Formats: sequence, structure tokens, C-alpha cells
Amino acid sequence: MTRDTQHITSDTVPVDESAGPDAVVSARELTRTFGDFTAVDRISFDVGKGEVFGFLGANGAGKTTAIRMLTGLLSPSSGSAIVAGHDVATSPNLIKQQIGYMSQRFALYDDLTVKENVRFYGGVYGLRGSELKDRRHAMLRKLGFEHLEGERVGGLPLGWKQKLAFSVALLHQPSVVFLDEPTGGVDPVTRRQFWELIYEAAGQGTTVFVTTHYMDEAEYCDRVSIMVDGIIKALDTPGRLKTDFGVDSMNDVFLQLARGGKRS
Amino acid sequence: MSPFRSFVIKETRHILRDVRTLTVLLMLPIVMVLLFGFAIRTDVEDVRLIIVDPSSDVRSAELVRDFNATPAFRVEKVLPSSSGAEDLLRQGKADAVLILPIDFARSFERGTAQAMVLTDGINANFAQAVSNQAEAVIGRWQAGHSGQRPLIATAPRMRFNPTLASENLFVPGLLAFVLTLVSALMTAISIAREKETGTLELLLVSPLRPLQIVVGKVTPYLLLAFTNAITTLVVAWLAFRVPIEGSLVLLLASSLLYVLVALAIGVFISTKSADQRAAMMATLLALLLPTLALSGFVFPISSMPAPLQVVTKVVPATWFIRIVRGIMLKGIGVELLWKELLILTGMAAFLITVSTRSFSDRLDG
Repeated sequence: MTRDTQHITSDTVPVDESAGPDAVVSARELTRTFGDFTAVDRISFDVGKGEVFGFLGANGAGKTTAIRMLTGLLSPSSGSAIVAGHDVATSPNLIKQQIGYMSQRFALYDDLTVKENVRFYGGVYGLRGSELKDRRHAMLRKLGFEHLEGERVGGLPLGWKQKLAFSVALLHQPSVVFLDEPTGGVDPVTRRQFWELIYEAAGQGTTVFVTTHYMDEAEYCDRVSIMVDGIIKALDTPGRLKTDFGVDSMNDVFLQLARGGKRS
Repeated sequence: MSPFRSFVIKETRHILRDVRTLTVLLMLPIVMVLLFGFAIRTDVEDVRLIIVDPSSDVRSAELVRDFNATPAFRVEKVLPSSSGAEDLLRQGKADAVLILPIDFARSFERGTAQAMVLTDGINANFAQAVSNQAEAVIGRWQAGHSGQRPLIATAPRMRFNPTLASENLFVPGLLAFVLTLVSALMTAISIAREKETGTLELLLVSPLRPLQIVVGKVTPYLLLAFTNAITTLVVAWLAFRVPIEGSLVLLLASSLLYVLVALAIGVFISTKSADQRAAMMATLLALLLPTLALSGFVFPISSMPAPLQVVTKVVPATWFIRIVRGIMLKGIGVELLWKELLILTGMAAFLITVSTRSFSDRLDG
């Protein structure tokens, strides 16, 4: 896992910052208002194939609204966004087939077994028969969960559940996966293992769009955007952001920016 | 496997896995029918009667015999004086007391005889029925002895429920209640649960369309509700011989229509409530209570105050119960029930539209 070690000390790693024509997620002046409240205010960015993109911001900064627009749940008030080749405003249903999603709240069914959960999500994304079976076996083997197939998910430790949820979100091989605070409430060791899964997915070409409250995790991202009051205040590699702000950690970068926010 | 099929399978698994809830749901119609059938009877039968007969002459002895011969009454005691009789009523040792005058035979010849019937007014309907029965027995006895025929002989016949059996009347209402409970309450809880755990969000970002989610949610409950409808009818027939005079097909079709209404209401309630608890309370208050109290099931609509009678018209169960009573007891069909069927169809169309729209709107809010 060479990529892994690179990223833990990612300050020196050069990152292609303009994802350019092969951008998997591309937002232009994307805006969403609720009445006279502007939740997301003309944000623009590109995320490339296989990139780990950190999407940070204090609570209420507009992250969730932005993700809801990018996943086709919410239509933009103005501006545009292209996700996996489709426009969020005109063809949200085509996007849904191309993306994976994992929310901060654990989202598998506790009363179903591991196998039943995997079959359900696979089926929803149109996987069937032996293909679904092969992918299920491959996935459980990779996680070392083969013996858990018949277990109810409700009985598993939280960290296992989250690894499982992430793998399920990747089962249909989406071009981009949205992770909304995926590691909330998990111990540092499990978080670290979780990030190894993220790098592995990115290494295979899946774009990872991740929000987090843990600033050490922000350091693991290829690039990071920081939202304050609906606006993207900063967007760059963690290394360059730290240099620009003249601080030692992403935590300090975040604090400097978020301090100016009015909504949090 | 199509996305929709996977979804229905998953929903069915949830239901089958929760064995306790499933057992309760399947047993519910059986328990309800037996409970209502045996416990809540309005028929007058085996009334424990105390007769106070101070004169104890030939005439009064005949009357006592007549009461004994009536299946509605069982003469517990004949007392010589009225002292203590009311106490027996108060202690609940008797259901009614008949007090005859001291000189019964003589005053009867003179045509001035008076008898008093005491009943326990706490159970008002029952007391009324007992009074009527007692009067009827005395009336018959009188007609047999005075040698004088009454000027007009009325011949009351209760049509469509000739024996006035109460079980015939509660089964349609019970059917409405059971279907409402299973369809609306269980659907509302099931969608609210996905909201609570966050899985709904996952479904919404998946390729499943909102309409598929709604239909997939209600399909297993539709089957469950239908099973319950059939259980209710079968148990009612086996235990109480409740008849189905009209078309069974029309009865089941109407039940299906009503289930659709209830399911749509369940979906609507779930979109408006934050969690399972809220969904449950909303269903109980907004739907189950009116289904019990404002549908003609428990209280007759004709004896409600006018404003409340208007409210009963928007309660779907009101129309469903009218349809079911018509089919089961009167044996009538579409030719007489088309208005009720049309109203229920309209309600179904309206509620399905509103609830699916409300479900989709939630996403854009």
C-alpha cells in the first residue's frame, strides 16, 4: 500500500490540482437557496478520477446541501454540476446509478444478515446472479468477513459495520463515492483501517468525495476544500494550504477560516 | 433481480424476521373477533330477574311462570316484599327487579294493575333492552288473559339481521379496524423507521424511484392486510355463523380498495413524522380513533350531533363499513352501493396522489 504511506506524509506529494477534462465531479457556480437563505453560494470545483477530495466545513456551512445536490437528491437553484458525465439538474436518475453513498449514520439494516444486506444493495443497483455472488464473495474475502455472512448486522461492532457499509457502497463499482462523515464515532485504529480502504478504492480509479470533522483525516486527502457560510474559502492540497496560512496543521488552517464564519 | 424486486424481498424479510410483531398481527383478527363476539354483546339473554310478589295469587304465579318460560329471563328469586330487592340490584346480584302490587289479581280484574320494572341504568343500552323485553312479556300475558284483543296488533320484523345478533353488526366494523391497523399503522412505522436509522437516505440516492420505494413498502403489508381480512371473515363464520349474503368477490374487492386508502394514509403520515413514535401517535389519533368512534362502528352515526355527522363523512371507514354491512347483511351489490364505492375510490386516488407527492417533495426540502 505505497499510496497509503505517501499520503500520510503527503506534504511533498505533487497533486494535479486542475482535474481538467477528465473531472468526475465538476461544479460551476453551484447555488442552492431556501427562501432568502443561501445555503450554498456559487461554489466551483473539479474532482479528478481516483482523487480523494476532502470536503470540509463547520456544521451549517452548507456541506450537506452541496452533497445532496451532487447526489441528485436536491435540484440546484442556479449554476450547474456534472457528476460522472451527467448533469445533476437534468438527469439526476442517471447519476444515481453511477455513484456510491455512505452517510454518517450507519446505513445497513440491523435485522438483516450481512449476506442479505449485500444482496439487497446489489440488487437495487441492478447486479444479479453469479456476478452479484462473485462480487459478494470477493468483497467479504477482502474484509476477512467470510465467516460473518450469516450474521445479523446488528450484532457486529461499529467499526466492522462501517467497513462493510463502505464496501457495499462500492459494490456496483461507481465512478465516485460520497462519504458523509464516514468515520464518526470510531476508534483511531479502525479509522486508520478505514482510510486504507479509501486509498485502495482510489487506487483502483474510484473518486472519493469525503466530508469529515477529523482534521488528521483532512491531511490524508489529495486536495481539501473548506466551506464557510456557503462559500468555498480555500481549496488546495493540505501541504500548500498549511504553507499559505503559515501553520503546521490542517486543524489550524480550519480554525483560521472557520473563525470568520457566522453560521456555526 | 430488478431493483424493485430486491426491495420487496427486503421488506418481506423485515416483516418475517420480526416474529413477535408478525404473530401479533396475524392473531389480531382472531382475538378481536372472539373478544367482540363474546364480550361485547348487546343481546338480552338470561337476564337475572327478581320478582317481588306480595300477593302470591293465581294471576301473579302465571306471570312468574311466563317470565321463566322466556329465554331472555331467568327468575332468580320471588320475594314477598320489596325490601332488599333494590340492594340485590345494587350489589349486582340481579339484573332487573319486577315489582307487582299487593292485590295483583284483583286490581288486574279491575284494570288498574301496575307493575314496576327496576333495571341497572349504569349499563344504559342493556337496561333499555331489558325493560322492553319485560314489557313485551307482560303484554303477551295480558293479551292472553284479558280476553280483549289490542286494537292494533303491530308485527315488528327486523330485516337483514332478523335475530338482532350483535355479532353480525360488529364484524364489518372490525374488518375496517383490523385493515386500518395493519395497513396504515405498520406502513407508517416501517417508513418512519428507515427515516430514523438513516437508511431512507441511502434508498433515495439509489436508482430506486420514490414511487418504487412507496409501492415496495406497501406491497407486503397489502398481502398481510388481505390475509387478515380473510381471517376475520372465516373466524366470524366459524365462531358465530356471521353470514355473507352478497358477493364475496365484491366484498374482497372493496376491502382491497379500503386497504389502498389506509396504506396511502400510512405513507402520508410517515412523511410528516420525524420518527417511529411520532408516526405511531399520529396514526392512533388521526386514524384509528376516528375509525372506531366516528365510522358508525361503535356509535351509530344517526345519533351523533350534526357537526360530528359531517366529520364522519371524511372518515374512510364510514363508507367502507356501509359497503361491508350492505354486502354481508343485506346481500346488496354495486347497483345500490355504487355511491359508497365511488367515494372510496375517489379517496384512494386522492390520498395516493397526495402521499406519493409528499414522499417525493420531502427530498427537495
